[in-house]
Amino acid sequence: MIGLTPVLALSGVLFAIAVAGIFLNRRNIILLLMCIELMLLAVNFNFIAFARFLGDISGQIFVFFILTVAAAEAAIGLAILVVLFRERRSINVEDLDTLQG
Amino acid sequence: MFVGVLFAILAVVLVSAALGVILARNPVHSVLLLVLCFFTSAVIWLLLDAEFLAIVLVLVYVGAVMVLFLFVVMMLDINIEEFRRGLANFWPLALAVAGFIVFAMINVIVVRKLGGGSLGAAPPLPADYSNTRSLGIALFTRYAYPAEVAAVILLVASIAAIILTLRQRRGGKPQDIAAQVAVRASDRLRIVKMASEKRR
Repeated sequence: MIGLTPVLALSGVLFAIAVAGIFLNRRNIILLLMCIELMLLAVNFNFIAFARFLGDISGQIFVFFILTVAAAEAAIGLAILVVLFRERRSINVEDLDTLQG
Repeated sequence: MFVGVLFAILAVVLVSAALGVILARNPVHSVLLLVLCFFTSAVIWLLLDAEFLAIVLVLVYVGAVMVLFLFVVMMLDINIEEFRRGLANFWPLALAVAGFIVFAMINVIVVRKLGGGSLGAAPPLPADYSNTRSLGIALFTRYAYPAEVAAVILLVASIAAIILTLRQRRGGKPQDIAAQVAVRASDRLRIVKMASEKRR
């Protein structure tokens, strides 16, 4: 049986990699979305590990809802991305300065 | 022992695939490595006795979401090199932030011994334990209302995705069914009264 510590450590490393990925791929929206998926995966690891080690199924229910919301977020994000590319012929974050923010 | 070795191998594969996701030059390679991440995660979840969620991860994530990502990446004509220009000087910042997160996690997990004590050993599961059954019982009793909210979220997301990407072709000549049905004879046909002419 796996201990709790290795799973939490793996989850932390995964989350750190995803954060580093957001810094390294700042311009590409697709890679930003994929890094967010990686972060959610790392969070789900924590929930599942604690659900197992505390003997409480609620953690797995929460993972269920996270998967739902992540799927919805990916669908809407990619739809916005397709519309954006159709309008601008580019998905570079630095081209999105219409609002001058 | 076997489970421990298996977990170590899967963890190495998972971390190297995650590194590949953020470092790959080609977005298609990133997506494929992310699929590998999800597969290894599903196997680790199986080792943690979360069978149903492991299968859901493979079916929903690899089967639907990642295929969607792959479609979008391949459909859009992206100049990859343009994204990489000048980002090399963000390396120190990325490493610093990632290192800080890892340091904080180590502080919590190892120094404060979060994984030890009463949490060190998982409670044994009964022989007739069914993960799907207990998940379903919890989902449809205590969490029935959140499950309905999640269903509404999915409905809203699918409608939003369809509406966002729907487009009318310019210059097309689609049928207007309502106008066709509502037309009357007097709109199309004009009856002209005229005197008959003599046959020649």
